[in-house]
Amino acid sequence: MATTPNAAAPTDFSGNSRSLLRRWSADDVAHFVTFLSAATLLVITSLLVYQLWVLSAEARAKFGWTFFVTKTWDPVAGDFGALPFIYGTIVTSLVSLVIAVPLGVGAAIFLAELAPPRLSSSLTFVSDLLAAVPSVIYGLLGVFLLVPVMRTTVQPALKAVFGFLPLFQGPSYGIGFLTAGIVLAIMVVPFVLSVSREVLLAVPRDQREAALALGATKWESTWKVVVPAARIGIFGSVFLALARALGETMAVTMVIGNNPRVAASLFSPGYSIAAVLANEFSEATGNLYLSALIELGLVLFLLTFVLNGLARLLILVTTARGSGVLPT
Amino acid sequence: MSARLVWRKSLNFVMLSLTGLCAVLTVSALFFILGYLIWNGGKDLSWNFFTKLPAPVGEVGGGMANAILGSLKLLFLAALFGVPIGLLGGVYLAEFGGRTVPFLVRYTADLMNGVPSIVMGIFAYALVVMPMHHFSTLAGGIALGVMVIPTVLRNTESFLRDVPRSLREGSFALGANRWRMIATVVLPAASRGILTGVLLALARVAGETAPLLFTAFGNRYWSPGWMQPTSSLPVIIYTYATGPYEDWHRQAWAAGLVLLGLVLITNILVRAFLTRGAAYERT
Repeated sequence: MATTPNAAAPTDFSGNSRSLLRRWSADDVAHFVTFLSAATLLVITSLLVYQLWVLSAEARAKFGWTFFVTKTWDPVAGDFGALPFIYGTIVTSLVSLVIAVPLGVGAAIFLAELAPPRLSSSLTFVSDLLAAVPSVIYGLLGVFLLVPVMRTTVQPALKAVFGFLPLFQGPSYGIGFLTAGIVLAIMVVPFVLSVSREVLLAVPRDQREAALALGATKWESTWKVVVPAARIGIFGSVFLALARALGETMAVTMVIGNNPRVAASLFSPGYSIAAVLANEFSEATGNLYLSALIELGLVLFLLTFVLNGLARLLILVTTARGSGVLPT
Repeated sequence: MSARLVWRKSLNFVMLSLTGLCAVLTVSALFFILGYLIWNGGKDLSWNFFTKLPAPVGEVGGGMANAILGSLKLLFLAALFGVPIGLLGGVYLAEFGGRTVPFLVRYTADLMNGVPSIVMGIFAYALVVMPMHHFSTLAGGIALGVMVIPTVLRNTESFLRDVPRSLREGSFALGANRWRMIATVVLPAASRGILTGVLLALARVAGETAPLLFTAFGNRYWSPGWMQPTSSLPVIIYTYATGPYEDWHRQAWAAGLVLLGLVLITNILVRAFLTRGAAYERT
């Protein structure tokens, strides 16, 4: 506003606002202001994508697609490849799903089908609280509690029983893919649980009663009727959990070992995309280094964006509640 | 009973017990975590912890007063930046929106909710740290603020939608126009739920570490103003837990207990008192 601060200014202003009001009612102003706020989210999202794309330009131009298949990560020589990080991210996420999905779906079946409503809602409350625990706390417990137990007890035991598999060979460091996967599993179980419980509850009562009336046991009605009816939504919850696991940073960084390696053994230390960002971003020297890290961020963003979109679609199909807010 | 029936009944029993076991395992994780933190961190909580600066590296003692204040400042900025946008955006979706824009915003909000927090850190880094050439409280606050927006927005929208039609119609019948109806009838009616969403969103970002690592960074001293790097509870837990000193580890446990306590207490109070009767949304 370039108006001079004199006595004429207030009159001028009120004149303006009156003419503005004639065209724009108070409702229009409110409409416009709230619209701007809603649009801010779209602007932020576009800006995020733009930044990730532009700032990773140097690395994309230099390495092209070979970035994704190169094993070397050598900041000193300026040679960057993402393979060890992508590998570590996928392996730890898969390990976590192998543990979390049966556990979460099992618990969801108990809460949705068996537990009396009061018990079910209080247990769900506890599971929601579990989802609220900050990830650095999981990391803390991982470093000081889980890693020593893995080193002295779990890994030697696994080696003794399944040692013939390449997955369970090599020295027991305690840290590594398996430990990171276990911590991740504990972190994503609440997500699998709450979404699965919701989609199970959305299955109509009649279906259960029809199965029971035909002489099915409780388990048969659950497993052969209710779970299949809710399976798309359960898949959705798995994708949601996967997206969480892929992007989880702190807990993984603290227990994965931070060593860019591609190894078949789950006992081996590794690295993940989020962990390398957490460790190296603030000390990245040189544009190429930074831009390689940001390209990793772009990969992570796209992966989770696609998985989340897919998950929401699947859950939406099952619960068919067009505008319902879904737990995240 | 035929053998088949025995088999079916025992399968029924075994599988149902297993699902119960899954539930018990999952739920007990929380109590285990809480108990273990109290066991390990409780004894190192003292007055000094809340009032003293960290001791010089390698020395025993000191506290985390600067990290506690830093976390509060970051949360304040996050609320300042994220809550108004989320709130007004939610009002737009529930009260004004047509079809296309709300659909787009809703979908984007849900997807942004799932974007890894470390990526939000890159966003604030590129937006604030790169132009300014140094880490700052401001950058950390913006990183957290961006994470608050989608949650508050979706939550506000859903609670506004739950306000009964009759209230709106009554307000119109008395001659109120739309914004007056929203400001004096609908928003107050939904205020409890909206407040719940805001507090839960803030409790969630209060524990975020990843987006602060290269925005707010860290600081062993007080951080005056908003343009200096600042310490924060989650980051200092990470630094101390992965550091080499025994004393740091002890303090990391104590800080972990404080952080977990704050987050859990907020969650429990909010969910127990503000959502009485109303269905709450998880964040």
